Amino acid sequence: MIQINNLSKKYKNADAYSVYNIDLVIEEGEIFGLLGPNGAGKTTLISMLSSLLKPSSGSFSINGLDYRSNRNELKHHIGIVPQEYALYPTLTAFENLSYFGSMYGLSGKSLKEGIEQNLEILGLSDFSNKKIKTFSGGMKRRINLIAGILHKPKVLFLDEPTVGVDVQSKNAIIEHLLTLNKKGTTIFYTSHHLNEAEHFCTRVAIIDNGELIVIGRPRKLIDDQKGAADLEDVFLIHTGKALRDHA
Amino acid sequence: MHKLLASTYKEFLLLTRDIGGIAVLFLMPLLLVITITIVQDGTFKTLKETKIPILLVDNDHGQVSKKIRETLKNSDQFTVEIRSDEKKVQESIQNGEYQLAIVIPENLSKDLDSKVSENVASILAKFSGEDDISERKWKANAKEVKLYFDPATQFSFRNSIKSGIDQMVSKIESQTIYKAFQEELTDDPSEEIFDTEPYIRFTEIVPSKEGKTAVIPNSTQHNIPAWSLFAIFFIILPLAINMVKEKNQGTFVRLRTQPVSYATVLGGKTLVFLSVALIQFTLMILVGLYLFPLIGLPKLDVAGRLPLLFVVAFFAGLAAIGLGLLLGSIAKTQEQSAPFGATFVVILAAIGGVWVPVFAMPGFMQTLSQLSPMNWGLSAFYDVFLRNVGMGEILPEISLLFGFFILTVIVAIIYNERKNAV
Repeated sequence: MIQINNLSKKYKNADAYSVYNIDLVIEEGEIFGLLGPNGAGKTTLISMLSSLLKPSSGSFSINGLDYRSNRNELKHHIGIVPQEYALYPTLTAFENLSYFGSMYGLSGKSLKEGIEQNLEILGLSDFSNKKIKTFSGGMKRRINLIAGILHKPKVLFLDEPTVGVDVQSKNAIIEHLLTLNKKGTTIFYTSHHLNEAEHFCTRVAIIDNGELIVIGRPRKLIDDQKGAADLEDVFLIHTGKALRDHA
Repeated sequence: MHKLLASTYKEFLLLTRDIGGIAVLFLMPLLLVITITIVQDGTFKTLKETKIPILLVDNDHGQVSKKIRETLKNSDQFTVEIRSDEKKVQESIQNGEYQLAIVIPENLSKDLDSKVSENVASILAKFSGEDDISERKWKANAKEVKLYFDPATQFSFRNSIKSGIDQMVSKIESQTIYKAFQEELTDDPSEEIFDTEPYIRFTEIVPSKEGKTAVIPNSTQHNIPAWSLFAIFFIILPLAINMVKEKNQGTFVRLRTQPVSYATVLGGKTLVFLSVALIQFTLMILVGLYLFPLIGLPKLDVAGRLPLLFVVAFFAGLAAIGLGLLLGSIAKTQEQSAPFGATFVVILAAIGGVWVPVFAMPGFMQTLSQLSPMNWGLSAFYDVFLRNVGMGEILPEISLLFGFFILTVIVAIIYNERKNAV
């Protein structure tokens, strides 16, 4: 379970809060989608929850572990799939995964088997010994995912895990995430793909200007919003149609 | 321990996958030490074995100028070309056609003879009881032997030539004085009253510890330690770039989300780059031992000193790596780390005494030099290479190098913690 209490983040020299006063509880086994336009605060929130950013105020705990007092232990409970590929281009897929798995304390047979199983599921077994720099965007995304789940985390944070990939890779990633969720992994993910979120998430929240605007089951949000045929309509009604260029 | 080994293996893989980078890491320092030693050894040989053509304008046409000409011709250093037009000679030097010209002034022999004769006569008159000798004193101005130097010649070259010419002229002057006394004291010109040969001579002795053989310093003995150290410190560049790349690739961000300490990440890098530093040093030693004699350079003498040399290389490598880790922790881009790293190493080398000996630096630079880890390393290397000392004597320097490593790593870790505090 993820418990977030009044969590805020204001960057140094910034005029406004990037994330403001977020109160949220994500239950065990949920697939929670955080949706929002560019610069809404999605990545800032996920960065705080994954130990990359220090909150300006507020607190959070994951599976009962407070981030301030159990930082190292908490890292064993969570898995991160960042938006960037975050892989060494000159190492092979196996070498990358072996290294990142080792950093979670995995070793020997369990590490090797874990890598092989995940590569098999995501259709990359034949590319195990190929260097990452030779991979397509979709293949890199799949390796990026495996690097975050090798240690079987209880909570998985994914920052736009399907951005810029082909339909087949996207499908493989979503399928694999659903399987993990069925096995008990809580998933917290951000995305710009509203159609994907509508079908994938058990619950979504729309964030804009650092604040949560609306939260609920996708179907209920659509039904409750007058004139909305899908989640995209709900999104546009709440965030507006103005362009959100963000530097 | 498992994480440290995994980090070390990853660093090893990253390094070995970059063939161009490895070539630069190992070949460039070798190229550097070979080039510098050939150039320095060549310069030494040029001065010692190859004769430099010089121009001589003889406006005197007397005994003194004849002696100067003969001394120059008989010297190992010069071949003399006689010219008559001082202006043309000046142009030749200005154009860089010749590096040196000597212009002997008019009436030098005559005036020197007169001056010496008058002085000798005055002295002898004083001995014979004459009271007033003031009228005998020679009033002419001092004579100037002009030396024209090519503006491109090095200061040290000019100085060594000047002191050589000065020595030669002084010898001629003193011989003239002896001759004048001889003429005054005896009527027989063949009678030798004075021994005009120099009484004081110089003998070069390199002190050595009891029971140990003294090493005669040569360009190899000086260059291998100095440039090995320079190469070892240049490791901060690839190391810092390696760290900046990790930040840019996003892999460092992933590592920050994992249960692994920054010290472990740095530990992996330290082990691999320390191995690189030691391999670099081994290659330098091998080049000095086996390649240098083949290309006509003095052979490196490491007899009985090899273990201590590797001790110094080990700690110098640690100091360099500490600096690289700190730079890599602070720098955000390769554009920051590469130029800063390269320039900083050159500055450390300069104040460390790699190019100019510390004792020859201005006072405040000598003080500053004491703060350069390259100076500590160089002192330790020279202690082992040239002074043949034991472990006890190099302990202060290697302690400083180790302390520097610890300090820089601690600062890097604290900086990282503060920068990425959660």
